[in-house]
Amino acid sequence: MAKITFDGVEVEVPDGTTILNAARKIGGGIVPPAMCYYTPLKGSGGKCRACLVRVAAGSAKDPRPMPKLVASCVTPVQDGMVVENTTSQQVLDVRKGIVEMLLINHPLDCPVCDQAGECDLQNFAFEHGVATTRYEEERRTFEKIDIGPYIQLHMTRCILCYRCVYTADQLTDKRVHGVLGRGDAAEIGTYIENVIDNEFSGNVIDVCPVGALTDKTFRFKQRVWFTKPVNAHRNCEHEKCSGRVVLWYKGKDVLRVTARKDEYGEVKEWICNTCRFEKKETADWTIEGPAHVDRTSVISANHYELPVVNPQVIADLPESSVRDLENNPPLKLGAGRQ
Amino acid sequence: MGRKLLTEHINVPGIDTFEVYRKHGGYRSVEKALKTMTPDEVVEEVKKSGLRGRGGAGFPTGMKWSFLAKPEGIPRHLVCNADESEPGTFKDRELMSKLPHLLVEGMITSSYALGANTSYIYIRGELLYVLRILEKAIAEAYANGFLGKNILGSGYDLDLHVHPGGGAYICGEETALLESLEGKRGNPRNKPPFPAVQGLYARPTVVNNVESIAAVVPIINDGGEEYAKIGVGRSTGTKLISACGHVKNPGIYEIELGVPVEEFIYSDEYCGGIWKGRDLKAVVAGGSSVPILPKDLILKTAAGENRLMTYESLSDGGFVTGTMLGSGGFIAMDETTCIVRNTWNFSRFYHHESCGQCSPCREGTGWLEKVLHRLEHGHGHMHDIDLLVSVAKQIEGNTICPLGEAAAWPVAAAVRHFRHEFEWHVTHAKQAAQPGAVYPAQGVLA
Amino acid sequence: MESTTATVKPQFSQAAQAEIARLFTHYPAERRKSALLPLLHIAQAEFGGWVSPEVQDLVAETIGILPIEVYEVSSFYTMFNLKPVGKHVLEICRTGPCMLRGSDELTANLERITGAKVGGTSPDGLFTLKEVECLAACGTAPIVQVREKYYEQLDTQEAVDAMLNELRNLVHRPLLPWEETGLQHTQQ
Ligand SMILES: Cc1cc2nc3c(=O)[nH]c(=O)nc-3n(C[C@H](O)[C@H](O)[C@H](O)COP(=O)(O)O)c2cc1C
Ligand code: SF4
Ligand code: SF4
Ligand code: FES
Ligand code: FES
Repeated sequence: MAKITFDGVEVEVPDGTTILNAARKIGGGIVPPAMCYYTPLKGSGGKCRACLVRVAAGSAKDPRPMPKLVASCVTPVQDGMVVENTTSQQVLDVRKGIVEMLLINHPLDCPVCDQAGECDLQNFAFEHGVATTRYEEERRTFEKIDIGPYIQLHMTRCILCYRCVYTADQLTDKRVHGVLGRGDAAEIGTYIENVIDNEFSGNVIDVCPVGALTDKTFRFKQRVWFTKPVNAHRNCEHEKCSGRVVLWYKGKDVLRVTARKDEYGEVKEWICNTCRFEKKETADWTIEGPAHVDRTSVISANHYELPVVNPQVIADLPESSVRDLENNPPLKLGAGRQ
Repeated sequence: MGRKLLTEHINVPGIDTFEVYRKHGGYRSVEKALKTMTPDEVVEEVKKSGLRGRGGAGFPTGMKWSFLAKPEGIPRHLVCNADESEPGTFKDRELMSKLPHLLVEGMITSSYALGANTSYIYIRGELLYVLRILEKAIAEAYANGFLGKNILGSGYDLDLHVHPGGGAYICGEETALLESLEGKRGNPRNKPPFPAVQGLYARPTVVNNVESIAAVVPIINDGGEEYAKIGVGRSTGTKLISACGHVKNPGIYEIELGVPVEEFIYSDEYCGGIWKGRDLKAVVAGGSSVPILPKDLILKTAAGENRLMTYESLSDGGFVTGTMLGSGGFIAMDETTCIVRNTWNFSRFYHHESCGQCSPCREGTGWLEKVLHRLEHGHGHMHDIDLLVSVAKQIEGNTICPLGEAAAWPVAAAVRHFRHEFEWHVTHAKQAAQPGAVYPAQGVLA
Repeated sequence: MESTTATVKPQFSQAAQAEIARLFTHYPAERRKSALLPLLHIAQAEFGGWVSPEVQDLVAETIGILPIEVYEVSSFYTMFNLKPVGKHVLEICRTGPCMLRGSDELTANLERITGAKVGGTSPDGLFTLKEVECLAACGTAPIVQVREKYYEQLDTQEAVDAMLNELRNLVHRPLLPWEETGLQHTQQ
């Protein structure tokens, strides 16, 4: 066991626990935000840098502070470690910077995005960001594409958290999508025309922190805060499927079905595509009662406008970083990078 | 003339063959190590030499070796970093193509010290012709009993393979290199775990630069103490400097650490001064990632002392008035160089080479490049200059791997030392955007 | 009867297969994916200087990994051409040290002589121009790489002409990286 102090609160956790999970054990407002880490997915984390914290003392044995901020989601605790999150101005400032970075290539199309209201990026920006952007350049854009009959990929919104890739890798045996290209030209894609077709593929929708992967069968495309979430279950014949879901109602209609998420937005029990896409009648399910919606979520707060003003767009861009969409379309459907 | 520990025989005809190399004392370190020394004694000798990693970070090699985890029953690996992609650096290519057996010899002696039985040389994919030269040297070493089973009857086995990359600067970062060697995208890993505990195939691994491994040969031949006698303070031994840009005689120079920078630039033994009889404006002393310094500060420290080619002297003054020895890629710029254009060029490089995994680097490198491009092409604003500094600061220290810093430092340093030139690009936007336009006054401010 | 336009599935040559078998011995049996980059180099050399999706699928099948694992990698590394290219790909270094010694002028010159734009191929199909980053030859800048050969110090018209003439006169494009063609790099 290791005892650490996080924002002044002591907590004892098993050796090897990450700083983030130790903080989650304390809970509440001191828990660092996480945009890429996802507990059930092995190898996830470390990429978005939203969860950076300051280690003021490395351990009881070596109480020196760590020279750089560390990603709390992938850094294991040491006995006697002292960590600062909300108590460190440096951490709060850096986090503002991370919000700014994540938003510079984000379309800010929340008013038309299906994810609005349950978007981790929207929450993250609202809670930790600043009200203006200094980014004057053109944003990168991609065409929407359908990957199979159920899922739509809107790459422009992707923050490259890799969660959907780990999900496909760890839940299905023939992953067909992945991260293509590199740098800020990297994208999620299948490279050649391909459909994601696997009984568990729908879970990529739930793990996606933004509106990049969405449910094409979401009926009537309602704003989520006009819908009513209800917990339900059924006896699913799939052995890997938990059959435990949330039904999202509008009046008497089930608009969509998702897996259940915990307070950190993580799915602990996966569901199959049959449950998700084909069981949209109340009669298919045993109803348990209203689902708990996190108080801090924008669903309850009802503020879905991003706290960012629209940027002025400057036409003159470096050749190397501007995509000539006509002559050099985004990598997809058999087209390739030169 | 300084001593040449690595390149003494580099111009001997046929030195790339086993026979000629052996005639000039080649493979003595293998004989000495395998026949008369325990692996730990080899490590000890390298520690005594004070050798510091020649790949850029300058971490003491012997200490790195002693951190290698040695769990029972799990193989260990030595991987040579021959990815050489840091702009301004071309020493490893020269060393490998002309003295392939020196690297092979160093790999055998070093692998023995670490108890590795399979070692790899990861060479950047563009150097396919050098890969071929190395494979030939390796085949000769096998044929002469220096590789394979039971080397020189010592009971020690070693297989050595060369592995090509595919064109990605980031694969020079050691964990990206290991990912790449495993057949994956070159995404650097989160640390911990460090390669010394979980490296290639999750086994304990040491990654060392070509020149570091080559230096093990003279260290074992002559003893660590002999090696440590060369140099100044904690900068021991010799170092290969790749001189390029506007020097009169570009090329590779093996220097004894401690040569004054002024001598290195102006003496005929080394660079021979600046080309075309021009004046020096600025130097990037350790590969494109290190801070640029104006002439005054590269020749003398802020305190007015002569700057030496050592780790310590070049970093004197920290990042305010100093820089780093880095990989030894020494890029000189004459008085006609546009610093803004050059900074934009380097920014484009880092933008192009970011793996894209972590958000500050993925987004920030592109942002820096775009703002610098605007400034250089006459569309900048005064506030862009502070924006550059601020974005660089937002990247620095907050990323998975040091490419973030490598992208941020050159921009921050260029603004720090040449701010007036950036401002001129705003106040004289039209003029500055002309091809070949250069800020007219030399007035370099510290 | 319905006619199917069956495209012929690409196959590695005998020489390539032998080389691939040798490469597989370099890595632990359960880590054959390690051979991916070397195999992509061989595939690109064998199949016209670029790797089509079909060729990448062949690489995946040869190693025994999923096609997406190859696509992810081939699109990450800049040496692999994902679209058809001309007979010779001229990779011009554009990074700082080369720029200081005239790479911008060299690029403009090559565009003018060949009629190709950077990223494109000349009308005669001979030359594709590609800008790349530092090739570890900054001391002999400006430089162009064509497959295995480095053409260095291209700061005179004569040097540029000599390079282009050598390439024009090459009867066939080298097939395998290890094939003797006269296009090997010669030490300076
Ligand atoms: C972005 C990046 C690129 C690097 N490129 C190289 C390289 O091309 N060659 C090299 O030897 N080290 C390179 N390094 C340093 C390596 O990560 C590592 O420190 C080095 O190989 C260790 O060897 P040494 O201790 O012998 O120097 C790079 C580091 C970073 C962060
Ligand atoms: S599509 Fe969604 S889950 Fe996948 S990488 Fe992008 S943001 Fe993450
Ligand atoms: S700092 Fe840049 S290169 Fe390094 S891991 Fe992050 S995105 Fe990749
Ligand atoms: S959640 Fe830790 S880096 Fe993304
Ligand atoms: S900059 Fe062109 S080879 Fe290094």
